[in-house]
Amino acid sequence: MSQFLMPSLGADMDAGTLVEWLKKPGETVARGDIIAVVETQKGAIEIEVFEDGVLDAYLIDLGTKVPVGTPLATILKAGEAKAAAPKDVEPKDAASKKAAPKPVKTPAKKTAATSPPITQPKAKAPPPVGTRQRITPAARRQAALAGVDLATLAPGPDGIIALADLSAPTAPKSATQPAPMSDMRAAIAAAMSRSKREIPHYYLAHTIDITTAEKFVTRTNKKRTPDQRILLGALYLKAVAKALAKYPELNGHFIDGLFHGSKAAHIGVATNIRSGGLIAPAIHDVQALELDTLMDGLRDLVARVRAGRFRARELSDATITVTSLGDRGVDLLYGVINPPQVAIIGVGTAVERPWVHKSKITPRRTVTLTLAADHRVSDGHRGALFLSAVGKHLQTPEDL
Amino acid sequence: MKTNDIETALQEELRRIAPDIEISDIDKSGELREEMDIDSMDFLNLVTALGKRLKLEMPEADYPKMNSFNDMLAYLQEKTG
Repeated sequence: MSQFLMPSLGADMDAGTLVEWLKKPGETVARGDIIAVVETQKGAIEIEVFEDGVLDAYLIDLGTKVPVGTPLATILKAGEAKAAAPKDVEPKDAASKKAAPKPVKTPAKKTAATSPPITQPKAKAPPPVGTRQRITPAARRQAALAGVDLATLAPGPDGIIALADLSAPTAPKSATQPAPMSDMRAAIAAAMSRSKREIPHYYLAHTIDITTAEKFVTRTNKKRTPDQRILLGALYLKAVAKALAKYPELNGHFIDGLFHGSKAAHIGVATNIRSGGLIAPAIHDVQALELDTLMDGLRDLVARVRAGRFRARELSDATITVTSLGDRGVDLLYGVINPPQVAIIGVGTAVERPWVHKSKITPRRTVTLTLAADHRVSDGHRGALFLSAVGKHLQTPEDL
Repeated sequence: MKTNDIETALQEELRRIAPDIEISDIDKSGELREEMDIDSMDFLNLVTALGKRLKLEMPEADYPKMNSFNDMLAYLQEKTG
């Protein structure tokens, strides 16, 4: 028998609240299955299981906030007999679990399905397994801030609880009273303060001609249906991954005075969350992905971030970050390194400007790339060679 | 397809991508990406969803015809008509 632990949630988060079980005791689980959802400062994170077996018992009640590393459930290996009572569970809990291997508040289940939630008798826990309550991340956060019980909320006509459905309990604050910092903002503040406090950043910028890469994207997409089209963003990620192979000192984690380099380029993609804030979950092994596969990964990731759902592994694994302003921004941005990473690449907004191309001044599409990197691990000289290599890879997009 | 159905389709797909924005509040002749605060990935997802739903190709070369809500609606009506 083994325990299923609350995984690491990235540098800036040390605890999460269990909000949903997706597997019941007795159900078979396979490595990679999502078995629970944990609400964190940055949204709902899906938790994967890392072994095959059978979910034995829950150790934590829904709605409980627990630190990273806390056992959440026990898992039996295939063929293993069910333990009499897990040792490290409080006797009281174990008793209730054995009697009914379901969340303690099961009676709420039926009423939740048949009658308006508002009439529920003191249902304190979020809905039990099976009746997924659909709520937007913004609404969930606002409810937490205002101390509103999620079970008392009625969804809108589309079955989803949105910010607007919470309007009553969130009376506008008086103008003189400063609003409290949101959890999201607090998480960003903690990580970025630590970064600026601990990491001696150096900064470089490099403007490159992006015309060829843009034409490559246009040419590629010409005969493709929308679901097969690629975006320039995928090319940037691939170019960064290729360049990192030669400059490994920019790829990895700096922990307790030591740099742990990574051969794999797990690139964090800084992504806006619509309700405010941002997060940079990783696409794994970008160096090994074909452009089309990478694009699929990027689409999937952005869609899940927008919906406020991502996986724990995606938050803790990133070895470097790329942050891009997209096509409605300004010329350049200097990123703040996301610890324990040691570098962040900024991609400005592409603009047309006069450029010397083949000895002639012509209008070309250009973009300014930046690098902010950790001086404890690398120097500007190597950083500059790296940034220049990223630019060069983008000149031959067909090789990416 | 009826004009109403196309408008409903467009509104629903926009709501899916930007659920925090009330479509009744936007300037329908303004730049759609600005009004809905969507980036190139959101826009691609919008085009993908509409293309599937209305069985249209929606080539990249036509993107300039989809600049605002009204432009997009006119484009969809023309192509499905």
